[in-house]
Amino acid sequence: MRRYRIRKDESCVSCLRCVRECSFGAITAGDDKSLVFHHEKCTDCQRCVSFCPAGAIYITEDENRFRRNAVFSEDDIKEIRLQAETGGVLLSSMGASGRNVPIYFDKMLLNASQVTNPSIDPLREPMETAVFLGQRPEGIERNQMGDIEDNLPPHLELKTPIMFSAMSYGAISLNVHKALASAAEKLGIYWNTGEGGLHESLYPYKEHTIVQVASGRFGVHETYLNTAAAIEIKIGQGAKPGIGGHLTGKKIIGDVSKTRMVPEGLDAISPAPHHDIYSIEDLAQLVMSIKEATHYEKPVIVKVAAVHNIAPIASGIARSGADIISIDGYRGGTGAAPKRIRDNVGIPIELAIASVDQRLREERIRDRVSVIVSGGIRNSSDAVKAIALGADAVSIGTAALCALGCHICASCHTGRCAWGLATQIPELTKRLDPEKGAELLVNLVNAWTREIKEIMGGMGINSIEALRGNRMALRGVDLNEKELEILGIRYAGE
Amino acid sequence: MKREGEVRISSGCAISGIFCKDGKRISGEAIRKSIAVMHNRSNGLGGGFAAYGIYPQYKEYFALHIFYDSQLAREETERFLDKRFDIINLSKIPVRQTPKIADAPLIWRYFVLPLPHMLQDSQLDEDEYTSRATIMINDSITGAYVVSCGKDMGVFKAVGYPEDVADFYRIEEYEGYSWTAHGRYPTNTPGWWAGSHPFSLLDLTVVHNGEISSYDANRRAVEMYGYSCNLLTDTEVITYILDYLTRKQRLTLKESSEVIAAPFWSTIAIKDEEDRKRLSYLRKMYSSFLVTGPFSILVGFRGGMMALNDRLKLRSLVAAEKGSTVYFSSEEAAIRVIEENPDRIWAPQGGDAVIVTLEKGADV
Amino acid sequence: MNIFDIRKDGRDVIRRFDSNEITITGCLGERYIGCGMKKGVLHVKGTPGNALAAYLDGGTVYVDGNVQDAAADTMNAGLLAVNGSAGDALAYGMRGGRVYVLGDAGYRAGVHMKAYEDKKSILVIGGRAGSFLGEYLAGGIIIVLGLGYEDKRITGYFCGNGMYAGTIYLRTDKEPLNLSDKLIKRTVGDDERERIIRPIVTDFASRFSIPPERCLEGGFIAIEADKSKSYSQLYAAV
Repeated sequence: MRRYRIRKDESCVSCLRCVRECSFGAITAGDDKSLVFHHEKCTDCQRCVSFCPAGAIYITEDENRFRRNAVFSEDDIKEIRLQAETGGVLLSSMGASGRNVPIYFDKMLLNASQVTNPSIDPLREPMETAVFLGQRPEGIERNQMGDIEDNLPPHLELKTPIMFSAMSYGAISLNVHKALASAAEKLGIYWNTGEGGLHESLYPYKEHTIVQVASGRFGVHETYLNTAAAIEIKIGQGAKPGIGGHLTGKKIIGDVSKTRMVPEGLDAISPAPHHDIYSIEDLAQLVMSIKEATHYEKPVIVKVAAVHNIAPIASGIARSGADIISIDGYRGGTGAAPKRIRDNVGIPIELAIASVDQRLREERIRDRVSVIVSGGIRNSSDAVKAIALGADAVSIGTAALCALGCHICASCHTGRCAWGLATQIPELTKRLDPEKGAELLVNLVNAWTREIKEIMGGMGINSIEALRGNRMALRGVDLNEKELEILGIRYAGE
Repeated sequence: MKREGEVRISSGCAISGIFCKDGKRISGEAIRKSIAVMHNRSNGLGGGFAAYGIYPQYKEYFALHIFYDSQLAREETERFLDKRFDIINLSKIPVRQTPKIADAPLIWRYFVLPLPHMLQDSQLDEDEYTSRATIMINDSITGAYVVSCGKDMGVFKAVGYPEDVADFYRIEEYEGYSWTAHGRYPTNTPGWWAGSHPFSLLDLTVVHNGEISSYDANRRAVEMYGYSCNLLTDTEVITYILDYLTRKQRLTLKESSEVIAAPFWSTIAIKDEEDRKRLSYLRKMYSSFLVTGPFSILVGFRGGMMALNDRLKLRSLVAAEKGSTVYFSSEEAAIRVIEENPDRIWAPQGGDAVIVTLEKGADV
Repeated sequence: MNIFDIRKDGRDVIRRFDSNEITITGCLGERYIGCGMKKGVLHVKGTPGNALAAYLDGGTVYVDGNVQDAAADTMNAGLLAVNGSAGDALAYGMRGGRVYVLGDAGYRAGVHMKAYEDKKSILVIGGRAGSFLGEYLAGGIIIVLGLGYEDKRITGYFCGNGMYAGTIYLRTDKEPLNLSDKLIKRTVGDDERERIIRPIVTDFASRFSIPPERCLEGGFIAIEADKSKSYSQLYAAV
């Protein structure tokens, strides 16, 4: 489908750098080394623009538009035609693009101290961002001497309340995994393998790795479970709640095949449900069997997509023996998902955080579990707002990829990512130097952490736990009564 | 927080059932032992039992088990009953106090018959008369909830683990020819006494494991026919569908099971002609009552019991026989604990109802 | 050999004695028995609970009676031999090793079993299997012998739905009911039978002391994915 138009101006020096950079075949060289543009193949990934030494390339929306219609947009018509030609389910990637679903983060404003209590200067005064994630027992126990016994189950310690979301090896390259793992170690946080197994070269990052157990159970064996700081049972993800996965055989090559333990060239299919979980008591069974296999030494996370009845679902998970609940919202990204599912299923993470946190408090079990949230966290203020709504920590996937070069062209499912992230093609994956990538990620998270401290300081808060669920720190604008009620916040000026 | 009835609560569970085809009455001790084995399938937020044949001395009377939040609710309910029923006997249901069962309501039992002139004026049969009266109590008297209202049967339920609920109600002191039990794992707290299972309507009781995905389609369909789903639970809607199909549409239980757990069209297509015709007819006729998503249910009724799985068999269900006694349970261990060597033990197929009834000449 | 009573000694004894051969008696619904066991031999008496031998990683587990749901879940290596029948979701996501069930298996046996290089999961069911046998099969071998069900159907509905690799062998000449059009059925020739089925079935039979020839009588059919109908064809990229 032609959506963009490629142009060059007179400053082009015909170096053909753009030809080499374009992985989608949108720019090729003619016999006379002149540039040939194949506009219909362009994804607007901006790789050529970024690398053109002369700044001569322009990618713009194609100005040839379909006749405007109040009901059917140009995309609607193009998609109908594509499906008429192929009979296929529309496949897309990255986060949802629902036309009228609000981003509530943009409709909440943060507070700051003035006069009645002092703000804090985070550069010079202590400011704590460390978070501990895990279960807490209902009460203390004392030994015979009257001393308090440490009866806390294992916890995850994060130096800052930001971690990297699950992205599987196969969906993204090993170099991205390396960058994430190394950055997580340097930052004192965690990265997450996703469901594609853990490459052996990353075993040294064990203390900062969360391994995932999804319905496909790829690469899940006892060593895998024990080469991690925590284990995540993936029930669903925000981009495609209720949908399984399908990694095409084309990406199951070399080490991907080895790590997933799926023969080369064979599709890797994740069933929609875990076929050993058809009910809440079955989840408890899987949680406990994983704990048995890992000798109760690691926290178990249960990850679900934010769906309509997320609050009682979270409550059920909290009672299943899980230590941490991870909730991925409507705008969460993916390497591939049916477009209709991505854009039409689930609810925004902000509403999910608010209702889950409130429900767990009403049931007096909020302190028993930790809550990680994700799905469209774009910057430090989104993170702060998520925590003020009630999350313990946030997870970033799309933002981490952007740090590594991603321009969100949403073409991951083609496997030809020009930035070398969502691809297994060796000439492309080598475009990311894992060490450089780790540095970029470390910079990003450090910058956000500084900003979080600035924001906390402004509010007179010097420890992140004092921000968690502190909804008085938030005020709404452009929200109706119902939205304010669900978010549990007041209107600005109130 | 919205409690059950205001919001739909998902829950998982364990179920167990014992049925003596020869009508022999056995103590509640056995069913307690059975359900206790599956402790892990519950989370302490609901347990209960249904028993048939437990009131032989009053078997012609409707036995009402009622929860009251206050004496005021009891007085109001008793005034309501007095106007409509001849109350032969009333008493508190005996309980054994245990720290594991807290916040108990007042729990009363009444044996009643409709007042003859009132029944005549109503132009209803006594079942419908009684069922409407209990629905009125549940809907209109604050703090009163009728737990069961069938003849020669009763439901005993509470918030707690099922074995503790059994101890609380002194279930071992009752003797019945048919027992079902339920351990609940709801995704909410604080749990609600009335929201525990079994759910019942007249002498029909249902215990259920799973969460159905067709819930609101089924609810809105059955509500067209005068039922009112107050608890918003799967068990409630399944009970009403069964009552509607059997009592009002006069389907047999087997046929009702073929509506609720109708086979896939591709499965119907390979059946023999007679089955194919009947199954196609039932699916087309009662499409609103197809129940999808995981469920295994035990349906108790006067003189019989039915076990049914969803058509994909997404929940486990094991059946066993020893002599004239039939056992059903979510797990085999829960049968073995009370009958170590059954004559036969098997897993019923998804959608295939197992229906057992009293043998001819069984005295109950 | 050490003998323990699970009611008195608890499940922890299994872990403590994992290098030896031990017997555990009196099981009645206890879950996770033999979970993740790496070595040793465990004999289980009674009716163990769900998730028996989950993540089994090299150990050997014998059960003298029936097993409940989710036995051998995500099993990696080793042997589970059940002298009775199995509940639902047997060997889900199994990655390697062998599971032998002398009796019947419930619904969804062998869903998403896999194979990779020298790791090849093998499931043998002596009796019949319920519906959705080998759904999503991604590799490995499932054999259903139908012992005692001669001339009857030995699988339920939707056998092998969505499978994309591996093989299901059925000792019958009857094609499973409503077999998906994405699967192909073929008759197993003598060579394949001798080369692939015989060694597995011989091992199976030896564990339960039954004559292997009885398990090989009559013909086998094989069910496999039709490679020309891959799932990739379902999608259109936008």
